[in-house]
Amino acid sequence: MATVDSFLPTAQLTASGRPVLHPGEIESSLVSSVDLLSEENPNFPHLKSGLLTLTNQRLLWLPSSTSSSPVYIPLSAISHIFSLKKSLKSVFSNPRIRFQVLASSDGKVDPKGVKSIVITLILRGKSDPEAFLGKFWEALKGRAWEENVVGGDGNQAAQSSSSGSGEGSLALKMPVVGVAGILRKEQEMWESTDKSLQDAFQDLNALMGKAKEMVMLAEKMRLKLLSSSSNQGGGGPEEELGTKEEMQDWLLSVGIASPVTKESAGALYHQQLSRQLADFVKIPLERAGGTINLIDVYCLFNRARGTELISPDDLLQACSLWEKFDVPVILRKFDSGVMVIQNKTHSDDEVFSRIRSLVTKPDALLNGVSASDAAKALGVAPAMAKEYLLTAEGKGLLCRDVSPDGFRFFINLLQEINSDDIYLVRDYSIYAAWINTITTSR
Amino acid sequence: MQKLGEFKLPHFFNYPPYFTLQPVRETREKQIQLWKELIIEYCRAQRIFFIGLEEDFPLFSNPAIERSLSHEARVAFLSALVSDGRAEWTDKGHRKCLILWHRIQDWAELILHFVKENGLEDNIMTVEEIRSGIESRGTELHGIDRTVLMRALKLLEQKGKLVIFKGSSTDDEGIKFSL
Repeated sequence: MATVDSFLPTAQLTASGRPVLHPGEIESSLVSSVDLLSEENPNFPHLKSGLLTLTNQRLLWLPSSTSSSPVYIPLSAISHIFSLKKSLKSVFSNPRIRFQVLASSDGKVDPKGVKSIVITLILRGKSDPEAFLGKFWEALKGRAWEENVVGGDGNQAAQSSSSGSGEGSLALKMPVVGVAGILRKEQEMWESTDKSLQDAFQDLNALMGKAKEMVMLAEKMRLKLLSSSSNQGGGGPEEELGTKEEMQDWLLSVGIASPVTKESAGALYHQQLSRQLADFVKIPLERAGGTINLIDVYCLFNRARGTELISPDDLLQACSLWEKFDVPVILRKFDSGVMVIQNKTHSDDEVFSRIRSLVTKPDALLNGVSASDAAKALGVAPAMAKEYLLTAEGKGLLCRDVSPDGFRFFINLLQEINSDDIYLVRDYSIYAAWINTITTSR
Repeated sequence: MQKLGEFKLPHFFNYPPYFTLQPVRETREKQIQLWKELIIEYCRAQRIFFIGLEEDFPLFSNPAIERSLSHEARVAFLSALVSDGRAEWTDKGHRKCLILWHRIQDWAELILHFVKENGLEDNIMTVEEIRSGIESRGTELHGIDRTVLMRALKLLEQKGKLVIFKGSSTDDEGIKFSL
C-alpha cells in the first residue's frame, strides 16, 4: 500500500495544530469530517474524516488524529472542478465533490504534472456542499498563487505550489460600467440619493483591501530585517540594532494575515480561533515572562486582527477550549477571578522563589511589601503582582498586614515560632534574621 | 526585648501581621495558637482573671508599631481559648471573658495542696480567709477571683473533700475540710 506522501505533499502545522500559511494565503472555508480519496486509483489512500481547509492557494486536509499526516493540494494543480451530481441517489448519501488534478507520471499531485487524476471529497458532516463548491470555484478563479509569485520577493518562502505556471495571465478584472440611456439615468438618480451610504461602504472596502496589503508589506519588511540582521552577525552599532528589534516587534504586532472569522470557519469558528490564538500568544507571553493578563491579550489579538475584531466572549470561549487541545498554553483563573494566560511550562515556583527573596530583604522584613513594590521587582503589572502575592499567601509563604497605612505582605514568621515556647528563637532562622533587622533599625 | 509592665513580651509582638487576623487557614491557626499562649502567659503573670472586649487591654495593642487587634480578631482569639476550656464567656453577649490560666480542677488541686501544707485538714476557714488570709500569702491562691475560688470549692465539695456552709454571723461562707 502506498503512503499518503507519495501522492500528496505534506502540510506544515503550528504547535497548536493550525496549518502554517504561505505569505498572502488566506483561509476562505473550513469543513469538518471530510474524506479525501481517488475513486479511480485503488492505490490512492482513503483519507478519512479530516478537517478540510480551503485557502486562496491550497486545499488542506488535516487528520482528526495524529495517526496520519496533514496533506494539501495546491490549487494550481487543479484543472477542473466537476459540478455536483443531482440524482436520487445523492439525496440519500453524503455529498461528493469531484475535481481533476494534475499529477506527475508516478501519480504524485503536481502542478507541472503530465497526467490527470480525479479526486473525490466526501462531506460527511453537516455542511452546505453548494456553498463550499462556490467558494472552491471562487478560490480557483482568483488565481491567488500567481499573484503571490509575481508580488513575492523571490527570497521569500515562496516554495508554494506554483513555480512557473503564472505566465502573466494576471486577470485583474476592473468593473467597467457601460450602461447608457434611460436605464443609466435612473440608476444615477438612485445612486445619488444613496451616495453617502455607498461612499461609506466603499471606504470600508478600500480600507480592508489596504489592510491586507499592509499586512503583506509588514511581513515582507520583517523578513528583510530578519535576514539582514542575521547576515550582519551583530556587527552593526548597538543603537541601530535596538531600533531594528523595535521595528520588528512593531511589524510583528501588526498582523495576522489570515484571521479566523465566523464566515470562513463557520461551526468550527471557536475551535479554529482557539488554535490561532494559541499560536499568537506565544510571543507576547514570552515577553511578559510567562504570564499575561487576558485583557492585554484581547487588545493585542484584536490589534493584530485588524478589521476582523472579536468579542471578549469569543476570546474567553476560545481560551476555554484550550483544555481540549494539545496546546502549550493554558487559561488560568486566580481566586479573585482575574484571568491570565500562562505557558504550560511556566511554574509558580519560580515566581514564589523570587517573591521569597524579595520579602527577605532587610527593608521588606521591616516594612513588608505592597503590590506595587512587588510589581516593580517582578516586572509585572500591579494587579498581577497582587494575584501572585495572594497566591503566595495562600501557600503560607506570606502573611498580610492590614493597617491604616495600607495592605502589605510580610514573610510568614508565624510558622517559624514555637508555640510551646513563645520566647524561643532558633539560631540562623528567618525569625532570628528578622529580630536582628528590627533591633538594628531602632 | 520589649516589656509590658513587668511582663516580658516575645519578639513577634512587633511583627505587624501578628495583629491582622490572617485569612489563610493554616496561618491563622498558628496565629491563634500564638495568641492563646501569649494571653495565658500574660494573665498568669499579671494575675488577670477577666478580659473585657470593649475595654482597653494592654496586650491587644502595640503602640511601638501602631497596630492593634480588631474586635473580630479579639473575639476569634478569646473564642479559641473558650473552646480549649481555658476561658469562659461570662455573659451571653460575649463581652467579658474569664481567663482560666489554671483550669478549675487545677485550682482545686492547689487548694488541697495548700490545706495539706498548712495542716488545716480538720479546720474551718472562711472563703475570704483563703483569698486574703496570712496562710495563703505568697501562694497562687492569694487574691484569687472569688467566683473561680467558689467553683473550685464546689468541685471539692462534690468529691466530699469539704463542706461549704453559710456562716451564721457574717454573710461569708465557711468551709469545713474533711480530708
